[in-house]
Amino acid sequence: MALLGLPIPGPVVGMALLFVGLLVHGAIPEGLSGVANGLLGNLSLLFVPVGAGILVHAALLKREIVPIAVAIVLSTLIAIAVTGVLMQWLSKRLDDASHEEQV
Amino acid sequence: MFFSLFSELSVSPLFHLSLTILAYLIGLAIYRRAGMTPLLNPVLIAIVIVVSVLLLAGISYRAYFLGAQFLHFLLGPATVALAVPLYRHFGKVRKAAIAILVSLLTGSAVAASSAVGIAWALGGSEQSYLSLAPKSVTAPVAMGITEVLGGSPSLTAVLVIITGIIGAVLGPYVLNLVGVKSWAARGLAIGTASHGIGTARALQVNEEAGAFSGLAMGLNALFTAILLPIVWYLIF
Repeated sequence: MALLGLPIPGPVVGMALLFVGLLVHGAIPEGLSGVANGLLGNLSLLFVPVGAGILVHAALLKREIVPIAVAIVLSTLIAIAVTGVLMQWLSKRLDDASHEEQV
Repeated sequence: MFFSLFSELSVSPLFHLSLTILAYLIGLAIYRRAGMTPLLNPVLIAIVIVVSVLLLAGISYRAYFLGAQFLHFLLGPATVALAVPLYRHFGKVRKAAIAILVSLLTGSAVAASSAVGIAWALGGSEQSYLSLAPKSVTAPVAMGITEVLGGSPSLTAVLVIITGIIGAVLGPYVLNLVGVKSWAARGLAIGTASHGIGTARALQVNEEAGAFSGLAMGLNALFTAILLPIVWYLIF
């Protein structure tokens, strides 16, 4: 990816590669499923070390608490509402359309 | 004697690793005991515990991270592992491909532009809105993007975690409020706006929601990594 000059991180490329591998293989190998369940079942734990870095940035966060807090809360909640509503509406519409074609 | 023992322990990487895991287990126990209410997010509780212990014991974040970085490193393999639930639900994902792409791109653009716009309008510094732009993208990716834009990667990581917690804590209520009932749509929304922390919560509630959330997180990381630097240079 460094070759292309794009900041696409290794893990995302890895996820895409593993997905393609599973499609080719046609099934989830037992060993992989165990590892994946273990990692994903405790995904929250892995965010704690980076999250504690709030200590280092406490001064900046305190100084700009209003713009940062309002920006994070509002933009995150608006994005969730927009994405959810759009997805529910579109998948229903596209689903209905494909049913009509069949009839 | 206790203090000399403690200072001995507090420089050991094993102490920092154990502290992180213990804080997480406490967070998880509280979360489960409270009936898995999104309000008592286990990541939030664990971070509060870790930060409190570091402050009380006078341990620097740098020393702590040195010990706890093994867990941080596992974020990479965990992101790769998201291909597994995605593969399991691929039938549903393929059927909804167009709806997913349109919703995801819209949600991703809304998340980034509204965060930068609001922070700028309320007088935030350039460093903070630069670091806010990729805040809905999973931490390792967001840090890479900020570096390209010229912001602070470690500040971005913190903002990403806060965003994830806000989305995981308040997202379910927002989705109820606007009447989004389908698990696919709920998962996609949470994953687009609040990456892995939202996905962790979605996986606990419903596997289909978790698969869509993981997919949204991966695609959002991919699209934002490609598009955000391009859009940024066109505007600024």
